[in-house]
Amino acid sequence: MTGTHLLEVKDLTVDFLSLGGSFRATNGVSFHVDAGETLVILGESGSGKSVSASAIMGLIDTPPGDICAGSVAYRGRDLSSLSEGERRDLNGRKIAMIFQDPLSHLNPVYTIGWQMEEVFSVHGVASGGVARQRAIDILRRVGIPEPEKRIDQYPHQFSGGQRQRIMIGMAIALRPEILIADEPTTALDVSVQAQILELLKKLQAEDGLAIIMITHDLEVAANMADRVIVMKSGRIVEEGEARAVFENPAHTYTRTLINALPHGDHEAPPKRGRPAGKPILEVRNIDKFYTLSSGFFAKPARLHAVKKLSFDVAAGETIGIVGESGSGKSTVARVLLGLNEASGGEALFHGRDILKMDRKELLAFRRKVQMVFQDPYSSMNPRMTVLDIVSEPWRIHKDILEKPRWRDRVTELLGLVGLNPEHAARYPHQFSGGQRQRIAIARALACDPELVVCDEAVSALDVSVQVQVIGLLAELRDRLGLAYIFITHDLPIVRHFADRIIVMKSGEIVEHATTEEIFRSPQHAYTRQLINATPKPKWQTAADAA
Amino acid sequence: MFAFILRRAGQSVIAVIGLLVLVFFLSRLTGDPAYLYLPLDSSEAQRQAFSEAHGFNDPLVVQFGRYLVDLARFDFGDALSRNRPAMEVALEAFPQTLKLAAIAIVLSLCLAVVVGSLAAARPGSLFDKLATTASLAGASAPDFWVAIVAILVFSVGLGLLPTSGTGTALHWIMPIFVLTLRPFGLLVQVVRGTMMSALASPYVKTARAKGVNRSRIVFRHALRNSLLPVITVAGDLAASLVNGAVVVETIFGWPGIGKLMIDAIVRRDFALIQATVLVTAIAIFVLNIAIDLVYARLDPRIRFETR
Repeated sequence: MTGTHLLEVKDLTVDFLSLGGSFRATNGVSFHVDAGETLVILGESGSGKSVSASAIMGLIDTPPGDICAGSVAYRGRDLSSLSEGERRDLNGRKIAMIFQDPLSHLNPVYTIGWQMEEVFSVHGVASGGVARQRAIDILRRVGIPEPEKRIDQYPHQFSGGQRQRIMIGMAIALRPEILIADEPTTALDVSVQAQILELLKKLQAEDGLAIIMITHDLEVAANMADRVIVMKSGRIVEEGEARAVFENPAHTYTRTLINALPHGDHEAPPKRGRPAGKPILEVRNIDKFYTLSSGFFAKPARLHAVKKLSFDVAAGETIGIVGESGSGKSTVARVLLGLNEASGGEALFHGRDILKMDRKELLAFRRKVQMVFQDPYSSMNPRMTVLDIVSEPWRIHKDILEKPRWRDRVTELLGLVGLNPEHAARYPHQFSGGQRQRIAIARALACDPELVVCDEAVSALDVSVQVQVIGLLAELRDRLGLAYIFITHDLPIVRHFADRIIVMKSGEIVEHATTEEIFRSPQHAYTRQLINATPKPKWQTAADAA
Repeated sequence: MFAFILRRAGQSVIAVIGLLVLVFFLSRLTGDPAYLYLPLDSSEAQRQAFSEAHGFNDPLVVQFGRYLVDLARFDFGDALSRNRPAMEVALEAFPQTLKLAAIAIVLSLCLAVVVGSLAAARPGSLFDKLATTASLAGASAPDFWVAIVAILVFSVGLGLLPTSGTGTALHWIMPIFVLTLRPFGLLVQVVRGTMMSALASPYVKTARAKGVNRSRIVFRHALRNSLLPVITVAGDLAASLVNGAVVVETIFGWPGIGKLMIDAIVRRDFALIQATVLVTAIAIFVLNIAIDLVYARLDPRIRFETR
């Protein structure tokens, strides 16, 4: 290396001003990247990793953001000295960026062709038919089938993975030297994630791209990184060659993150004997159709979301239902709780069919079966205190607890889920994501349920917090004898938690076995795909290839 | 798309019929026209003869049946107060209103999009503060007051513009100004709000990362996305203008449908009331379908359910 790096960030310090004062998003962050290599910035939410990337692109709005110290230099040239026009010329031509959620990052009202051609036209490279032809070539290069036809379609007409391919295509259109990828696969299913990571590596090999990849996902990080920096609370806590950092983490925070991985070679917790209890829930041939559109004269189109699904849950047992988006797993939960009507079949709870219950029976049933949702923030009324939220079930089921004892019981429940009972008067926004999910669990426990249905209950949480919440659920199971239906898209996460696993695809069960069997000898190709979809560390794949 | 228009038209016919039923019976609650059209000292026999001649003596249901039969033959009855076919009178007044409404709404929409977008592009700037204040004033000022003040200043005081009536281009200036003011004020606020949220959206971030310049981001990327709510509000305002800007038409002596409708109600001219209501109702339904089409044109995610 000749002294100047392709891109070098030095002592970057960014503050965000808000009404309550200023907040330091990054504090003295320094890193660099060179052609052909991948630098991964690893960190959990709020660690300042995205802010660092936005600063490189000049995307931080001032105010509220304020770059109070440090510099970003491209080929030794300080970017803060650039005029607005020079800055624009660099963006897209030399440095490009892709984002987490490609649907909202593509303009919904223009065709993808329009948006791709714009990259050429605003940089004065090509326009009209030439730009269109080049856009088609790029779409082909990033793996969009039939690009000549699809170029005139709108973003909502593509799948999530295709949209990310389009974003990538737009980013590499002018063959930039640096690609910043901000959580590019977080919103995607695991199997699609693997394809996108492969695409990025292929493009890197062909064009000699320098990639700065921002992620909270350790496996993605290990799969992509040549070098890693780990960020926490706006500071870099560890950096180094990827393999060294992952195999011998020096900082305690990095170690916590790596140990939080649900699989890996560390020891499994003691095995639970399969609970011998009688089944409390028996699901028989559940069917669910959704009507997609109903015209005045047209025959309604239907989607068969759940096809003849059968399984049962014993008292104290944990069933994991695993599948990717569109597999029908959440529909199952909604049907079982009576939130959606089933189109056919029966679901017996202690021998009584949930699907045929009248209002009164359903009310009694809902005491015994509670739900924890994915997003603890939107499933809580922001204007209610924790006390109100947790005690609300008692307002509905009046016979559980008389009012004078509510406060004591809420205190008890908050203690049970590991929250400070003195915080009962606070509002949901004053808690972190993990704490909010604990509140949701406390609310579910308020009715003394027998069965708790968790729909992607930890998916929105950081990895280290995921492990804590699952630990809490396991502990409550053992103390209170709860049964769980744990719905997730992340197969590894239930490895040490579920007793049995149901793998779903396109509304059907493709495999149903004990957790041990699923991981030891997966029978179905799709299950194997889900297990293997977890990205492998780069140093291992490199060794395999050699 | 054709099937969509057909279906919407079908729905509209049902709504129009409901409206006509309502107007038919309600208008007859206003009283007996005989007292208005005959001299004060007319005898009971004369009034009976008048009512008999115009069919007002028949039971309401019979009158309604006759009205429907006539309607099916496109016979809308005669306007009592003018001794002419009611529909002819209504169709004469309507274009006057329509021209005024169209000019006012297009003008306010165009001005509001430019002013609102520029204000949103630089929130907190001097231009933004001026635009916000001006639009608030425009949206809150009562139109009759603005109209009267305008007459006082420009006609009575300066003698530049005619006070009322139609004829020359000068006659149009004040009514258009007064009718544009309120929609402009409201629309600037809507445009500014939706444009600010559009500019904060992720796709704008992508555009900036692509190196797109500021004015292109505002007027190409964000504008089309922020227009949808604006069109909704503008459609609503347009409907109220097409309905006849009663107050403004009265003040400026504008021979539009709003003024005609009020006259017909005061004169208990049932056929004319029904004809004016029918014309404006059809106009508003056409307007609504047009708005739906504009919507679908702007946002490809909106599809007509035609399958």
